[in-house]
Formats: sequence, structure tokens, C-alpha cells
Amino acid sequence: MEMTNNEYDKLTKKMSPDTKLYKTLPKAFFIGGLICCLGQALFNLYTFWGLNEQNARSVTSITLVFFSALLTGLKLYDKIAKHGGAGTLVPITGFANSVVAPALEFKTEGFILGTAAKMFVIAGPVIVYGIITSVLYGIILYLVQLGG
Amino acid sequence: MATLIKDGTISMNTCPSVSAFAAAVGKMEGEGPLANCFDYIADDVTLGESSWEKSESKLQQIAFSTALSKGNFSEKNIDVLFAGDLLNQCVSSSYGARDTEIPFLGLFGACSTMAESLGLASVFVDSGAAVNAAAVTSSHFCSAERQFRLPVNYGGQRTPTAQWTATAAGCAVVSPHGNAPYVRAFTIGKIKDMGITDANNMGAAMAAAAYDTISRHLCNTNQSIDNFDLILTGDLGKVGRDILMELFKKDNVDISEKHKDCGIMLFDPKKQDVHAGGSGCGCSASVLCSYILGEIRQGKLNKVLFAATGALMSPTIVQQGESIPGISHAVELSSC
Amino acid sequence: METFMEYFRAFVIGGGLCLIGQLLIDLTKLTPARILVIYVMAGVVLGGCGVYEPLVKFAGAGATVPLTGFGYALAEGVKKAVAEDGLLGAFTGGFTAGAAGLTAAVTFGLIVARCFKRGDKLS
Repeated sequence: MEMTNNEYDKLTKKMSPDTKLYKTLPKAFFIGGLICCLGQALFNLYTFWGLNEQNARSVTSITLVFFSALLTGLKLYDKIAKHGGAGTLVPITGFANSVVAPALEFKTEGFILGTAAKMFVIAGPVIVYGIITSVLYGIILYLVQLGG
Repeated sequence: MATLIKDGTISMNTCPSVSAFAAAVGKMEGEGPLANCFDYIADDVTLGESSWEKSESKLQQIAFSTALSKGNFSEKNIDVLFAGDLLNQCVSSSYGARDTEIPFLGLFGACSTMAESLGLASVFVDSGAAVNAAAVTSSHFCSAERQFRLPVNYGGQRTPTAQWTATAAGCAVVSPHGNAPYVRAFTIGKIKDMGITDANNMGAAMAAAAYDTISRHLCNTNQSIDNFDLILTGDLGKVGRDILMELFKKDNVDISEKHKDCGIMLFDPKKQDVHAGGSGCGCSASVLCSYILGEIRQGKLNKVLFAATGALMSPTIVQQGESIPGISHAVELSSC
Repeated sequence: METFMEYFRAFVIGGGLCLIGQLLIDLTKLTPARILVIYVMAGVVLGGCGVYEPLVKFAGAGATVPLTGFGYALAEGVKKAVAEDGLLGAFTGGFTAGAAGLTAAVTFGLIVARCFKRGDKLS
């Protein structure tokens, strides 16, 4: 076969079907939007019960994480996510699923080296780079304060 | 006495018989188009075991013991066992065989392992190194998923080129005498790396290897596509099949009429959501050791070239940015 | 009507943020983990620049539930902590603000791992 890697790559691209954007995009939009509406409803409920805005937001996060963990345990979250795509990935429920799924999966290797060690195998980078960015932001803020 | 023709192709002088074969599959495979051909369908894919690795071992044991009983063999009759799977250090195979007293050789050829093990078993029997040799391979969706991709219950979307690891195992016993199918030749694959880095497009990574092995086998044995009823690739899936057709088209050879792919045959693409098709050692093993060998035994197929294909990668090296090498081994089977 | 508009805004902005994520999945080779990292970092940066706060005021949960909202919360936490504790706040603010979500994920993760069986995706 006389073919360079470049030509082969072109052939591969030609033969590989693309994702059907007209299907994935509306589903991601709709399911993501619904999860946010659920968040809004919870937030309204908690403020109605007298929580301040900050705490209501925190309790909303906790509740959404709980729902996501439960649905992951019931093997439903991945079924929704098959359709939802980024709609179930981007909300905090997706973050929770990425923690709970390995926790459940790797329990066969024990609760220390399996569940606990693998818990942040997907979500770890999110925390690392989220925190690092916030630390940098804090240092800049501090320096600006010093200067001002 | 098996002899080298040239360039990796070995011809069998006594043409040993695939005297017994069996396939065991999971629930989803058991709902596919080949459902009636399998010897065992597991409704519970855990098979009562506490981990996916053990479930896979169990599935391999079932395929092995079913093949033995179908051929009226006992474990003592098997002189060597060639076994392989997808997991690190081939644990499904070694743990599947740890309760036996059979001399054991573990193999890794990714999804090409069925052809690798069947070819080696035939060479051993043809050369007299073994009287009866068994070849068994397996894969399990969940054990492969947790090792190569993500936790089973992680919510992710698969790309259209992704393939679905089959929960399946197949076993073939090769003997000096017996009924059809007979093994006539074996071509050892060469590693072909065309620079594919997308681990979700294994068909593309393997198609070049399949092309190389099939055309080399035809050339070394002085045969053409017309000599065969069927060219059966392992698990190229839809994308890999299309690329293979194109590669042959460049040589002005049309294999589309003669070609089938185990990855496409195992599942129903309309009803079962497997994207480009099935994959895994068990995919080609279960299709071969049920439907295909059965058709050859009944004389419905006379000459088949079985070219299983494998993507020889690990998650570690793919994360390091390396491309995925493919391999394909071919076994020529005939009904007389 | 006011309530409806509140939900509508959350739906559109939240859905829109997910839509961008889907475009990243389908059109680039970015893995989900990378997309989440980008989202949380973008949230911190946009929150720090003061761009994200108006979006939160406008869309409510539509802006706080996606992971950019988590990044925004980290930035807000750091801002508050630096104002109170100086440089120490740069180190304490992020985890303080993210504590609810993180602790919930760890806690419920462990409980689910304890109480539920492994899934198989095959039935």
C-alpha cells in the first residue's frame, strides 16, 4: 500500500461520519436549560424558606449534587447523559456524576484504594485548575489593594 | 509439518481440523442478529461474579468448557491452551484457566487475538508440538470500559466512530483429524501505524493492517479474492470497513461482495446503539466460533479468510500523544 | 409573568452555556474533562473581571448551575476573603466558597458507592 499518513488521515476523515449537530445541539440546550430551571426552582424555594441569597445558592448546589448522585446510583444519569451531552456535563450535576461514577465503579478495589482514590479521577483537574486560577486572582487582587 | 511460504505466511501440510468450537455471549449480543448461533447467552452480565474481570474470566471458562464438551474432549486431551483478552496482563485468561492443569500460553493481540491464538494452535498441531490445542479469547464491555475509557456509569456521549466492546468469548479446539473446518494457512500480521491518534476511531487505526495482511496472504498463497467465499475481518466496524474498501479499490480490487465484518455482524445497527459496530477480542471470537465455523462445517461456506484486527494501544501511551498501531492476523479456513 | 420570565432567562442562559459546551465536544477534539476545566477557569476569570456577576443577576440559576458558576463562586469567595484577611484570603477563599458543592459530592459519592450496586449499561 503506497500511502502516506497524511493521505490516510484524509481518507479516514472522509469515511468517518460527523456528529449530527442538528440532533446534539438542541438536546444539549434543552436538557441543560431544564437542569438550570430546576436549580432556579430550588433557589426560589430556599429563599422563600428564609435563606439568604448566598446560602440558598449553596443549598441549591447541594440538592442538585444529591439528585445527580442518586440518579448515578440508580444508573439513570448516564442514560440521560447519552442524549444530554454537554447539557448534563456542564451543570454541577455533571461534576457530581464525574465524582460519584468512579466512586461506585472502583469500589471493587476497596473503599480506600478504589472508591476514595479514584473519586476525583475525572473531577480532580477541575478542582486543581479552578483553585489555582482563584489563587492567582486573589494574589492579583491583593497586589492591586496594596497599590491602591 | 507447518512450513513458511514467505513473508509471514505459514502453510499447513496436514490441514488440521477445528474439531470443536463454542461461543458464549452477554445479553446485548444475545439480542443481536446472531442470537440463535450462540451456545450460551448470559442474561446477567455479572455472571454472578463480584467484579467485571471475574465475570469475563467466567465467560471465557464457559466458552472453553462448552467447546470441550461439544467435541467430547476432557481437559487431559488438550495439550496446550492459547488464551487472550484485552485486560492488563491478560488476567481474564490466566484467572479463567487457573483451575485447569492445561499447559497455558497467554497472548495479547488486542481484538486480533482470536486469529492469533487459532493460528498458533494450528501451527502447533500441524507441526506435532501438540495433538489437540485450544484457542480461547474473551472481552467484556464493563471490564474494558473501566480500563480503557471511563467508569461505566459516567455520563458521556460516544462519537459516531466509536465502537462497542462486545461481552463475548469464543473457543476453538484444533485437532489433527476431524470434521471441517480445516485450517490451510496462517499469515502473521505486521504492525501498521498510519498515525491515527483518535482512540474513538479504532476502525481507522486497524484498516491498514487488515489490508496489508489480506493482500499479503493472497499474494503469498498465489490466490485471488475469487478463490474465497468470504473475507471476514475482525472488528473494523463501519468506518474501518469503508476505509478497507477504498484501500482495495486503489488496487482495482472490489472486495465489497465478499467482505463481512464481525463488528458489524454481531449487533443490529438499527436497534442497538453501538455506533460504528462491535469490538473486543470476544467480538470476532464469538462470531467465528458460532455462525462462521458452523456454516463452514455445514458446507455452506467453502473457503473463508478470517482476518481479525487489533488496535495495540494502552490508555497510558495514547495520553502521551502516541498514535495507535494496528495489527491483523489471518487464518485461512476451508470445508474440505 | 415575572416568575415565568425568571425561569425563561435561566433556561435560555443555562441552555446556551451547555450549547457552547456541546459545540466544543462535537467540533473540537476536547475531552469532557478538558471542557470542564475550561469552564471552571473561564468562570473564575469572568467572575474576577466582573463580567459574570451581571449574568448571574440576569439569569439566576441559569448562570450559577453550570460549572462557570462554580468558577464564579470561587472568584467571589476569594474576593471576599482577600478583603477580610489580605493575602491569606487568596488561599482560603476558593475552597470556602466551593465547600458546599465539593463536600456534597464527596459525601453523596461515598454514600452511593456504599449503598448501590455497580451498573452495567447493558440492559
